[in-house]
Amino acid sequence: MTYAVEVDGLDKSFGPVTVLRRVEFAVDAGSTTAIVGPSGCGKTTLLRLIAGFDKPDAGTVALTGKVVAGSGWTPAHRRSVGYVAQDGALFPHATVGANIGFGLPRRARTVSKITELLEMVSLDSSYASRRPDQLSGGQQQRVALARALAREPELMLLDEPFSALDAGLRANTRRIVADVLAKAGITTILVTHDQPEALSFADRVAVMSSGRLAQIGTPREIYSRPVDVTTAEFIGDAVILTAHIENGRARCALGDVAVAPSPNAIEGAARIMLRPEQIEVTTDGAGASGAVVDVEYFGSEMLLGIRLDTADTAMAQRVTVRRFGATALTPGDRVAIRVIGDAVVYDL
Amino acid sequence: MPLPLAVTAVIVVAISLIPLGYVIVESVDTGWATASALLFRSRVRELLANTVMLVVITVPICVAIGVAAAWLVERTRVFGAKVWAVLLAAPLAVPAFVNGYSWVTAIPSLGGLRGGVLIATLSYFPLVYIPVAATLRRLDPAVEESARGLGIGPWAVFFRVVVPQLRLAIAGGALLVALHLLAEYGAFVFIRFDTFTTAIFEQYQSTFNGAAATMLAGVLVLLCLTLLVIEAVVRGSARYARIGSGAARPAVPAELGWQYSPIALVFLGMLIALSLGVPIASVLRWLVVGGSAVWEWDEISSALLQTLGFGIAGAVMTCALAFPVAWISIRHRGRFSRVLEGGTYISSSLPGIVVALAFVTVAIRYANPLYQTVVVVIAAYALLFLPRALVNLRAGLAQAPVGLDEAARSLGLSPLSSFFRVTLRLAAPATAAGGALVFLGIVNELTATLLLAPTGTRTLSMQFWSLSSEIDYSGAAPYALIMIVLSLPMTYVLFSQSKKAAGL
Repeated sequence: MTYAVEVDGLDKSFGPVTVLRRVEFAVDAGSTTAIVGPSGCGKTTLLRLIAGFDKPDAGTVALTGKVVAGSGWTPAHRRSVGYVAQDGALFPHATVGANIGFGLPRRARTVSKITELLEMVSLDSSYASRRPDQLSGGQQQRVALARALAREPELMLLDEPFSALDAGLRANTRRIVADVLAKAGITTILVTHDQPEALSFADRVAVMSSGRLAQIGTPREIYSRPVDVTTAEFIGDAVILTAHIENGRARCALGDVAVAPSPNAIEGAARIMLRPEQIEVTTDGAGASGAVVDVEYFGSEMLLGIRLDTADTAMAQRVTVRRFGATALTPGDRVAIRVIGDAVVYDL
Repeated sequence: MPLPLAVTAVIVVAISLIPLGYVIVESVDTGWATASALLFRSRVRELLANTVMLVVITVPICVAIGVAAAWLVERTRVFGAKVWAVLLAAPLAVPAFVNGYSWVTAIPSLGGLRGGVLIATLSYFPLVYIPVAATLRRLDPAVEESARGLGIGPWAVFFRVVVPQLRLAIAGGALLVALHLLAEYGAFVFIRFDTFTTAIFEQYQSTFNGAAATMLAGVLVLLCLTLLVIEAVVRGSARYARIGSGAARPAVPAELGWQYSPIALVFLGMLIALSLGVPIASVLRWLVVGGSAVWEWDEISSALLQTLGFGIAGAVMTCALAFPVAWISIRHRGRFSRVLEGGTYISSSLPGIVVALAFVTVAIRYANPLYQTVVVVIAAYALLFLPRALVNLRAGLAQAPVGLDEAARSLGLSPLSSFFRVTLRLAAPATAAGGALVFLGIVNELTATLLLAPTGTRTLSMQFWSLSSEIDYSGAAPYALIMIVLSLPMTYVLFSQSKKAAGL
């Protein structure tokens, strides 16, 4: 079957700086993929290569089976690709309506078409006559999306479109954009450095780090089975403990913990990774015991630093645990810790 | 980078290097014996002393006046600050040679270095005032407030915090004043004050194109390059960009109090009276003296039309030539763009007399059919006023970031139609402003026009010059008035533009 986007062996350098190294991945038609990574990892460059704003040094980009970069070259304006930039990149000299109709042939720029597109992104038709600088950041992004949707592209590329928005607006705009794209059934690639955004927006997440694709999978796979410690720590808070693995169980400061099945069955000394929500803190005694050393209070939740009492001094460790609940805990309080689910094992 | 663009830019820079090349080649051809005989004589020493003294005295005065005036209108509650702010830029609408004419006809005994300094200061102090005022307006007052918070008094804050931040603006403005002083011809002829430019012109008129004129031009070019180096050293590598995000608050203007307010008002009033009042009153006086007889409408309208023609053609040509250079310097930064900028920067700082002399010589020797044609005049204008267009085009292109171009292409526009519908459209206002400033320069240009214009050409400045040379001061007055009236709106463009970007 043909993929909507297929990227193979992509290399790109800017002067002495290598930005992308043999990147390859494929995206199914109609799916939503988020490329997530720290800033400078090359994710925006990857998006720009797919859009056609830049040429790769090596490797190919194919859109619905047709090679557009690598062997042969299709410039950006002949690819059926919509693009929404970080700041929206609305044309300051044109009204909202003119912005939306910008890529349409003159005859197609009708009031009803513009209204229809505005409604798609939940904006009133009266916005058509406004100027971009009269809109809020979230509205600008929705106009940019409507403008990109106008030509009914096969692929939509979103380059950190929500990062310039403040927290509340961000979640709301993200939901609207996700809905619109899902309804239209357009294959979408989102680039972001925000992990929760990647996990919640997409049905597949690709993690990039220093120019390589570290892992690609469903949000659940990425979060609960990261391929290495770097990915684990990048995608969310992680508790890393040294442990001894034997017969599918890990012996560690938290006691005896079940281990997730992994292809490279590791035995003996290793590290294990748990998500903070897998660690339950109780005050009634069951599980490994310890003492609270510090408390960071956030209202609905708190982060507890706990020093575990353990006979094995090599394993005497501190863990950070997230805890929801109304019971107040203060430094010095005695607590017990229990692990839910299984841990992911890595080499030392 | 598209090849045609690079080729055009290289051609523009190559043409702009003609004057410098001409001076070097001619100097080498002349040989040391002749050259030293022409250079080491008392006449040259006298010219050098005059020119250097003029620069050394006038530039600091212009800086002091320009900074003081800018501070008063931008940072104090002086009465009528908004009106003063515009008036202080207006003297640029009066060509220096009209200023010379006004002062000489008012005080016939005016002459020598003192006269030169007076007229030059009144003509050119806005070149310091405008950039300094623009910078003052953009300075973040939080920096000054922090200094106050460190226990530093208001005067110390001004000299230790504000003035250092104005260094770029002052250095740039002072360089412009100095370059104008080297290039000015008409004003100094009126008061019989000899500088290199007036001497070269005299030589050219008597011996057409002899080695003497070329050697003097060589010294003038060296002076010019020295100024560029001094400015580069003073400016240093420092950047005074504002650190921090968000828009800066406007500064709280200082109260002058009852003891200083009158002094400030007298200072500003005198400045405007001398720089704007004297020339306008003088022109009006000669108009009254001449009565209706001086309005020879046929000649005036023909001169006006020719001037407009030159101005518009020159402005269009200059913007067209500046476009590739500006485009490369904004969109393709790198060593190539720096070489281009450096080339145009140096050649455009050369005085009009050197440019004219070079173009005359090159046209006669290598492109004889072009000699005494409009083409050469327009080329000289383009070279002289390229920086005005460049500064504006660069600002304009910066208004059209590459992201918008990419957005247009992702919407299915070809690179060419994206250029027309987005980039050019957004750069249009700045291009128009740049064109207007070039137009202003051409209308008030005298030196190169006198040397290069085809026989029979009578522009406003040429008519003014020939009539006032024949001591027909009344006859010259209508031309002076028209030049001032034509220039005023352009000066306003310059002023309002400086509010947005570090203009000039």
